[in-house]
Amino acid sequence: MWARAVWLGLRAPLGGRRGFTSKADPQGSGRVTAEVIEHLERLALVDFGSREAVARLEKAIAFADRLHAVHTDGVEPMESVLEDRCLYLRSDNVVEGNCAEELLQNSHRVVEEYFVAPPGMCCPEWFNR
Amino acid sequence: CALAWVYGVSRHRRGAPTGSTSNWIRGQSSLAQQPLHTARKPRKGEHKWAAVVGLEIHAQISSNSKLFSGSQVCFAAPPNSLVSFFDASLPGTLPVLNRRCVEAAVMTGLALNCHINKKSLFDRKHYFYADLPAGYQITQQRLPIAVNGSLTYGICVGKRQSQVTTRTVRVKQIQLEQDSGKSLHDDLRSQTLVDLNRAEGQLRVDANVSVHHPGEPLGVRTEVKNLNSIRFLAKAIDYEIQRQIKELENGGEILNETRSFDYKLGCTVPMRDKEGKQDYRFMPEPNLPPLLLYDATSLPAGADSQQVINIDQIRERLPELPSVTRERLVQQYEMLPEHSFTLLNEVGLLEFFQNVIKETRAEPKKVTSWVLNTFLGYLKQQNLAVRESPVTASALAELLDLLDSKAISSSAAKQVFEELWKHEGKTPTQIVSEKKLELMQDQEALEQLCHSVMQGHPQVVMDVKKGNPRAINRLIGLVRKATLSRADPAVIKAILEKQLSCH
Repeated sequence: MWARAVWLGLRAPLGGRRGFTSKADPQGSGRVTAEVIEHLERLALVDFGSREAVARLEKAIAFADRLHAVHTDGVEPMESVLEDRCLYLRSDNVVEGNCAEELLQNSHRVVEEYFVAPPGMCCPEWFNR
Repeated sequence: CALAWVYGVSRHRRGAPTGSTSNWIRGQSSLAQQPLHTARKPRKGEHKWAAVVGLEIHAQISSNSKLFSGSQVCFAAPPNSLVSFFDASLPGTLPVLNRRCVEAAVMTGLALNCHINKKSLFDRKHYFYADLPAGYQITQQRLPIAVNGSLTYGICVGKRQSQVTTRTVRVKQIQLEQDSGKSLHDDLRSQTLVDLNRAEGQLRVDANVSVHHPGEPLGVRTEVKNLNSIRFLAKAIDYEIQRQIKELENGGEILNETRSFDYKLGCTVPMRDKEGKQDYRFMPEPNLPPLLLYDATSLPAGADSQQVINIDQIRERLPELPSVTRERLVQQYEMLPEHSFTLLNEVGLLEFFQNVIKETRAEPKKVTSWVLNTFLGYLKQQNLAVRESPVTASALAELLDLLDSKAISSSAAKQVFEELWKHEGKTPTQIVSEKKLELMQDQEALEQLCHSVMQGHPQVVMDVKKGNPRAINRLIGLVRKATLSRADPAVIKAILEKQLSCH
């Protein structure tokens, strides 16, 4: 699921078919460099762990690259698949909340009525420990 | 829920640096920048420095419920009591946009002369933090609701800070944005406590600062975060400008980093930021279609009024903006511009002033003087807000009527005001009567007093006749004393002069 989230961030260039090139893969060889993997691991909190995992990522990118087969010359890109839906506007009334007990049951640790997070959950070092 | 603004600061009057309007740094989290001022002391014969400051302001919208959920917005509630399933980022929950927040954003954009984007978009800004359970914040990065505005303001200049000059600052954009929760760091037990209520404070400002030589490209900027008061904001920016100038003059370089302001030491310090520039991986918010706004001409026929927002209707609901009010005050009451600024800068003062004007016969200029000097002076001395004032507008109006009808002298009026401030429930008229502060109305009695004083002080009368200019004041003083200060000096003078000319 994270791998799919990653390719969303790599925008395809407009204007028709072109081999996918980017800063990460200037040769178009389909290989993802170790530098990019490290960057992704920090950003998305995933652990690629093994060469197999990276290979799987490369396959996923190649799979997504097949979108380039579609001609998009002169076609205005969509914002999202919802873009012609109506954005519902809610009235400014208080209709939710007041369920702290229920929500706190989900938490592994609780102190009084606070969720408890381990220290350093506010800096990247913690995630890479 | 919160609304983030981005300010550009206006160019200083002293010669516009070149190329500034096109040198806007664009990027994920950068801001419009304009030169703020030149450094005061250029050293070693070097070029002048120009500082560039951009402000990112987070202001909480005044609404009953949150931006994307129906939980209450309320200050200082028990932790996690105002949290819905969406606010806790439980899977399957969706954001639902609050109409009132959109109206507030449009109103703010209009008040700041912005162009309102009829179509604006929502994005996700990804980063990890304990109080951001979703792992992203919904914001408006690509296409915000309002852009390209401006704000004109006045600053006090001149020797006694008495003159007001106007400046203009540019507003790059206004965007609707989710607020994060609150983290309390418990270092003792090595844990972080998280409260997702999200109504932490009304205003937060981050300042972006860089320096450069006029004519050269803009310098590397630093971001100073989490400044909560205007006073510290100014201090932090001033410090950072000087720090950067010093660093560069000593051959060093400025890092593009985030710094925080140490209130005790009065300096900025780097925050832990080993990652360098953050990559927020902006993407469109897939659960929210574009926000479409309409005006009178584009409003679709038969549209549900609860589901459409009409910019023109919101414009009509705008209250009178401060610059218009100030102009009106200057025209209507013939006051100086600086007075209009003072009246508007104190909460409740304008209303107080207008109530006094309504109830008194006295001239507006007199009212202005009494409200801005005497009344405001007392308030400031005791650090009170207008609404805490022991003197009501009616009381002041009554006092000014007494003064206007010459029932009391100006100095007596000041005495009465002091008594009123004690808030003992007495009206001005009562105080005047109790303390016998009325001006002598009996013309004959006054004439007699003048006569007897002159008779009692022949030497002084001689001095006056000899042409000694100070002697007449002595006579006036003597008469005043005799009347226990209950006579108007101007009136006394007139009577004395008349009597002297007859002899």
